Amino acid sequence: MRVLLVDDEHELASTLAERLSIRNIEADWATGGEDALRLAEEKTFDIAVLDVKIPRISGFELKKRLHKKCPDLKFIFMTGHGSAAAFKAGAAEAGPENYLTKPVNIDTLIKKMNDVLTS
Amino acid sequence: MKLIESFKPKFWAYQNKTIGPLRREFNLRRLWKLSFLLTALVALVPLIIVTLVDYKVTEKSIESEIILRTSRLVSNTKRAAAFFFAERKAAMNFIIQDYSVEDLKKQSRLKSVLEHLKEGFGGFADLGVIDSLGIQQTYVGQYNLKGRDYSRQEWFKTVQDRGIHISDVFLGYRNVPHLVISVKKDIPSGSFFVLRATLDIDTFINNVIAALEVGSEGDAFIINHNGILQTPSRSHGRILEKISLPVPKYFSRTKVLELNDIHAKPIVVGYAYIADTPFILMIVKQKENIMKPWNKARSQLTWFLAASITIILLVTIGVSTYLVNKIYMADQRRIIAIHEMEHSNRMASIGRLAAGVAHEINNPLAIINEKAGLMMDLYKSKKHLNNEEKITGLIDSILSSVERCATITSRLLGFARHMDVTVQSVDLHKVINDVLGFMGKEAEFRSLSISVNIADDIPKFDTDRGKLQQILLNLVDNAFAALSDGGSLDIIARRKSEGFVDIIVKDTGHGMSKSDIKRIFEPFFSTKTKTGGTGLGLSITYGLVKELDGKIKVRSKKGKGATFTVTLPLKNPKELIKQRGA
Repeated sequence: MRVLLVDDEHELASTLAERLSIRNIEADWATGGEDALRLAEEKTFDIAVLDVKIPRISGFELKKRLHKKCPDLKFIFMTGHGSAAAFKAGAAEAGPENYLTKPVNIDTLIKKMNDVLTS
Repeated sequence: MKLIESFKPKFWAYQNKTIGPLRREFNLRRLWKLSFLLTALVALVPLIIVTLVDYKVTEKSIESEIILRTSRLVSNTKRAAAFFFAERKAAMNFIIQDYSVEDLKKQSRLKSVLEHLKEGFGGFADLGVIDSLGIQQTYVGQYNLKGRDYSRQEWFKTVQDRGIHISDVFLGYRNVPHLVISVKKDIPSGSFFVLRATLDIDTFINNVIAALEVGSEGDAFIINHNGILQTPSRSHGRILEKISLPVPKYFSRTKVLELNDIHAKPIVVGYAYIADTPFILMIVKQKENIMKPWNKARSQLTWFLAASITIILLVTIGVSTYLVNKIYMADQRRIIAIHEMEHSNRMASIGRLAAGVAHEINNPLAIINEKAGLMMDLYKSKKHLNNEEKITGLIDSILSSVERCATITSRLLGFARHMDVTVQSVDLHKVINDVLGFMGKEAEFRSLSISVNIADDIPKFDTDRGKLQQILLNLVDNAFAALSDGGSLDIIARRKSEGFVDIIVKDTGHGMSKSDIKRIFEPFFSTKTKTGGTGLGLSITYGLVKELDGKIKVRSKKGKGATFTVTLPLKNPKELIKQRGA
């Protein structure tokens, strides 16, 4: 399984990627939409874990663009919760089952990714 | 005092707050007073003026009616009296013209004349013929007065001059009140003679005075020009005594005066000088008596006025109170609305703030989480580090703290989220736990025991979660305030009947008195004013329950705790469906 992690917090994205690789999951990370798109062109990924709020572009917008490039790519969203309205919109957009609240437990994340890939 | 207190309208205690958003727009006491005074004035002033005018007019008309009636009575009586004397004078004139002096000097003749006079007119007691020297030549009657000399007497001189004389009443030799009529006739020889007749005053009284209707207290009598009573009077002196009233001035016609008698009581005096006699007819009436019909009318008028004023005052008080109460209630509603708005605005701000804070904290929290997780991963993956139990313990403790923080932020976010949302499917269990989650720490510190008992058969139901949350928060907060440390709080939820759920919040706090229970949902009623209560918590709770189409009840006894029961419908209230549709 190859994972693309996108979060504007460099520390979070990198640490999460490292932890995944310790668990033998190949993970690349980006802190912005452009980096993510570039990475997607260079490599192929099975699943993308996107923060809802990233600079200049929303997680959902990024999903659309990534989807164009790699139609088979699956998605999971993470949120730190904005307003109630943002949460509601996010849950609707991502589907409640693909929507995780930060901070995320690594085991929960891996389980979720497996679920999404097998479904 | 208690009675007055219970009649006092609610707005009376309405305190004036002149600043801030809860400012009162009206000075209700002044408004009430103004409304009452104006309405009462507008109604009462014309009424009182009209009544006073009517009073005066009626009094005047009754008075003038009485004067008129008295005057008429006096006139009629005067005519009767004048006629009485004129008749007898005419009879005597007729006699001296018809009979020669020789005839009249005959005892038998004179006697028969007297008989005829007695029969025809009545009142004649005796009859005598007096020659020009004043010596009574012939006399018929009870006494022996023949040969009596009248030449020196005043009346004899008068009759010589005027040809006729009517005397005052006097007792004379007989000691019986009587009067004398004398007529003179000149005889061809140049001399004259006088026919003198005595009249019983009784006949006059019986014929003229007794026939008068002067009422039980009235008095009718005759006086001479010197004020000596010629006929008996009921209350102004005895016959031939001086009258107790002043002698009225001469006036050719009947006159009515208002005087005071010797007892200083007002009287009405009607009088008339009887022409060609020395007599004055007087009719005296006690004003008090003749005004009796007026007294009746006056008391009726007074009662009418008193009753009208009472009714007007009562109606005015009622209407003013009703109107001002309406204003009061409208103002109360206005203030509650403002307060609710402020409250919900505040809650929304708090919600936004909480969401922002939670969001900002969640990101660094996630980093801490990952970093600590990575540390743990590294320790676990590198075997030689694995025995550092102290370090793994520390990392575990960091991770569990992060988890705790995450729970708090997620709860905060969840709570804030529900502030905005209107209607949604609600799990009562969760709402109650959320609310208690916020209050849990305080309960722990104060060692309050909280038990929650929610029946299993309560389904999820559609309602405004934010409002329900706030209702429960207010009730629990209220219970906490009432509880002393170590007290207990029960929250029970059970189905009441088909379609309703009862949520019961029961504390073992200080409870409240009956009078407090009555006012507990009133805005600005607070037993916690000293500790900063606004008196709005429960009134807002009441409003919120109403908005959810529910009911709220309270049972309490002083010192025995309080039980609040909120009954909510499980079926969608129409209002909520509308909101949801919108």
